[in-house]
Amino acid sequence: MEAYLGYFLYLLSLLTVGGIYAIFALGLNVQWGFAGLFNVGIVGFAAVGAYTYALLTTAESTYHVGGFGLPLPVGMLLGMLLSALVAAVIGLICIRLRSDYLAIATIGIAEIIKLILKNEADITNGPRGINKIPRAWEHFSEERFYSSWPLNWFASPESWQAFFDGLPNWWWQPCFAATILLCVYVIYRLLERARVSPWGRMMTAIRENEPAARAAGKNVTARRIEAFVIGAAIMGFAGALFAQHLRLIEPTNTFDATKVTFLVWVMLILGGSGNNRGAILGAFVIWTLWSTSELLIGGGINLIGYVFQSLDTTILTTRAGFLRMMLIGILMQVILQKFPGGILPEVRPASPQVKK
Amino acid sequence: MTQAVLSLNNLKAGYGQTEILHDLSLYVNPNEIVAIIGPNGAGKSTAMKSVLGLLNIAEGTVVLNGEDITDTPAQKVIEKGISYVPQTNNVFVNLSVQENLEMGAWTRPDGIPERLAEMFDLFPDLAEKRNQAAGSLSGGQRQMVAMAKALMVDAKILLLDEPTAGLSPKYRGEIFSTIQKIKSTGVPILIVEQNAKQALGVSDRGYVLVDGANRHTGTGAGLAADPEIARMFLGGGH
Amino acid sequence: MWDAFGFEFVNFYLIPGLVLGCIYALGAIGITLTFGILRFANFAHGEIMMSGAYLTWTIMAIAGYAGLTLHPLVAMVPATVLVILLFLGTDRYFYKPFRKEETIKVVMASFGMMLIIRSAVQVIWGPNQIAFVPGIAKPNAMLRDLTGDLGAMIIMPNKHIFIFLGTIIIVIALSYLLNKTRIGKAMRAVSDSPDLAHVTGINVDNVIRATWIVGGICAMAAGVFLVMDTQILETTMGFRMLLPMFAAAILGGIGKPYGAVAGGLIIGLAEELSAYPWIGDAPLLSPGYKTGVAFAIMVIMLIVRPQGLFKGRSF
Repeated sequence: MEAYLGYFLYLLSLLTVGGIYAIFALGLNVQWGFAGLFNVGIVGFAAVGAYTYALLTTAESTYHVGGFGLPLPVGMLLGMLLSALVAAVIGLICIRLRSDYLAIATIGIAEIIKLILKNEADITNGPRGINKIPRAWEHFSEERFYSSWPLNWFASPESWQAFFDGLPNWWWQPCFAATILLCVYVIYRLLERARVSPWGRMMTAIRENEPAARAAGKNVTARRIEAFVIGAAIMGFAGALFAQHLRLIEPTNTFDATKVTFLVWVMLILGGSGNNRGAILGAFVIWTLWSTSELLIGGGINLIGYVFQSLDTTILTTRAGFLRMMLIGILMQVILQKFPGGILPEVRPASPQVKK
Repeated sequence: MTQAVLSLNNLKAGYGQTEILHDLSLYVNPNEIVAIIGPNGAGKSTAMKSVLGLLNIAEGTVVLNGEDITDTPAQKVIEKGISYVPQTNNVFVNLSVQENLEMGAWTRPDGIPERLAEMFDLFPDLAEKRNQAAGSLSGGQRQMVAMAKALMVDAKILLLDEPTAGLSPKYRGEIFSTIQKIKSTGVPILIVEQNAKQALGVSDRGYVLVDGANRHTGTGAGLAADPEIARMFLGGGH
Repeated sequence: MWDAFGFEFVNFYLIPGLVLGCIYALGAIGITLTFGILRFANFAHGEIMMSGAYLTWTIMAIAGYAGLTLHPLVAMVPATVLVILLFLGTDRYFYKPFRKEETIKVVMASFGMMLIIRSAVQVIWGPNQIAFVPGIAKPNAMLRDLTGDLGAMIIMPNKHIFIFLGTIIIVIALSYLLNKTRIGKAMRAVSDSPDLAHVTGINVDNVIRATWIVGGICAMAAGVFLVMDTQILETTMGFRMLLPMFAAAILGGIGKPYGAVAGGLIIGLAEELSAYPWIGDAPLLSPGYKTGVAFAIMVIMLIVRPQGLFKGRSF
């Protein structure tokens, strides 16, 4: 029974993190799949969303500014907004230039954001990061939440405490995973609607034939900035969820460009850029591969350590992580060259002339 | 019968899936200027690009001095002696005039100084500007650089794509007289022109291209005098 | 007026700024040539620089086992061959398949290469710092005494003199190559217009190969100069250099090697001088933000003059 519970919880964690990555991938799909904008600063938008959420929702702390103890949805919403704002500034500067410049600028802004997070220790606690970030559902079992509205409206803090003490310590995990999957679904539905809307069709037209779209009087730059900002807002949202999942965030390892930006790119390309379902599928596939391969390799190294007792396996463990990264990189190259459409290639929305 | 330097036989060609040339045949004899004229979108420039192997040839052949060069890559075609001057962007703007000519001689790197001297004889205007960046020259002078650059190899035939497009009447005349000068050095020329009247004036023969196929052929003077062609392209009917 | 301030300014800010500038300049030459001739921003450039430094160190270490002490500038020569092969191999297997497609695909491929090369280095050499050349670099005594006698003492370790001289030699050689040789002129021609180069009969593949070789030599020199200066090998150094090098290339104008040199020097100087206490006693900008200077300059450039100082290509 215990073992099955372990598997169940591992599955939930795959769904949780896979779901967060799926939201990142959906955000990237708006930018790249819809509008052809090459953003390699995903990690920057994730960090903006995560830090905004963390500073706004944590309990007051002496280590960093705030925390302001605001309700969770408010933190997430403002995380989205701030991420969108950063994107709007970059978009206004770079989108009229060729795509390479946007790539350079986004990778640059991600570094600058991390630099600020690292250096402004008074605000962000610098490299030590922010901890005790409230996680949806689990946060109800914290005193400051169950003793305030809305929970105190239903029952007294004492009875809530007794209630939460009576639950198994993983009680929140299914709820958190379900919430994230619900978010994935809602964002997916909204994006699907956007994709087949006149706006989405215009995006396709711009990507296919920019001069023609311009000649037809479309404001190409404005549409692109919109897509960039919407994508960044989704990434900021995912960043806030990322902070909830981790509960402790710091600038360097949490927001490692390879683990966020790069994985999300591989996910989208594998799943099929331009296809929202592909983005979601790619995220779950890659995350499952990434996570299970870590377990498998770890197990293998343990075995080696057991067979060759004198061997120091820590070196193997760290290097295996990099080897995994290298293999993911090679996987990306193979997909790019051999399967440019991904698993689920893009399906064009029906053109307006066909539908009467 | 003399052998044609270049001949295109029943060519069907286009970009990707789109077929632009449906049935084109033409030839250029030694020591001849041949003009291709026709309305916009008739496939004039496409005909030239098909010679250079820049697009997909579905059917038909391109023959250079008896050798089938259909679908040969551009670099090989140029090595075989076909020199091509594109309509726009036909000089390296950041390179000096002389460097442009040196680049023209890429496929034939020997004896460059002698040929440079020949070119500066043929185009005296360029001699004094040899060290200036080609981008700093006027449109007409750039066209001269482009032609000189194309002649730096031992050209068996010179292809000119609308050499007078966008030039003032003064330069147009100069370009056409240069073309005749080039012919007198023994290089046959195939020229695509919008400016049909002047082009036919210097040409030995001409082809009228409509919808990717030849509509009329004849001598330059004969075509220029044809009332139907005059009505179609030469503005005679207006 | 060579007072204590002048001494401090020149020796602790100006010279380090120029040293950094030389390193950026050499890196940016490769980036601007690739950008101009192959028309894409090569994100893997910094990582190749970094792997070159690791290779140099390895050759020095192997020679050390054999009882030979090699100077980095000597060990650099065989390492350069390997780095050029790395560039050519990357191009052949990862970039060339996209030559006829949208450039953004190559940019993506280079982004992937960035990760592959860095991970490979981390797998082979491990993620931890390695001391490149141990010990403190002593200032060149002759230069110190000579300038000291003149009343303007310059304390500069030999490594910095090597870096300056090396950069000057490479830039002179590059300008000879680009202006006097056939392949160099062809590189400029392809940078000017690849389509015209193609129909002129220029062997574009050879030109591309030459570009990687030249870029490889410059990247190699930049990588080794960087570790000679910092004396530490780190797997993150390539990525850290990438942004300033892009900034230098954009500042100088894409496709303009001299522009890249000027851009590199300006960025290097700006980064170091931003920490000088121009106003009051505190550094003008916290040294933690040094790397942000390059980015700020680049963004301003993109807003004001995207074609760069020397009128490069603006896309």
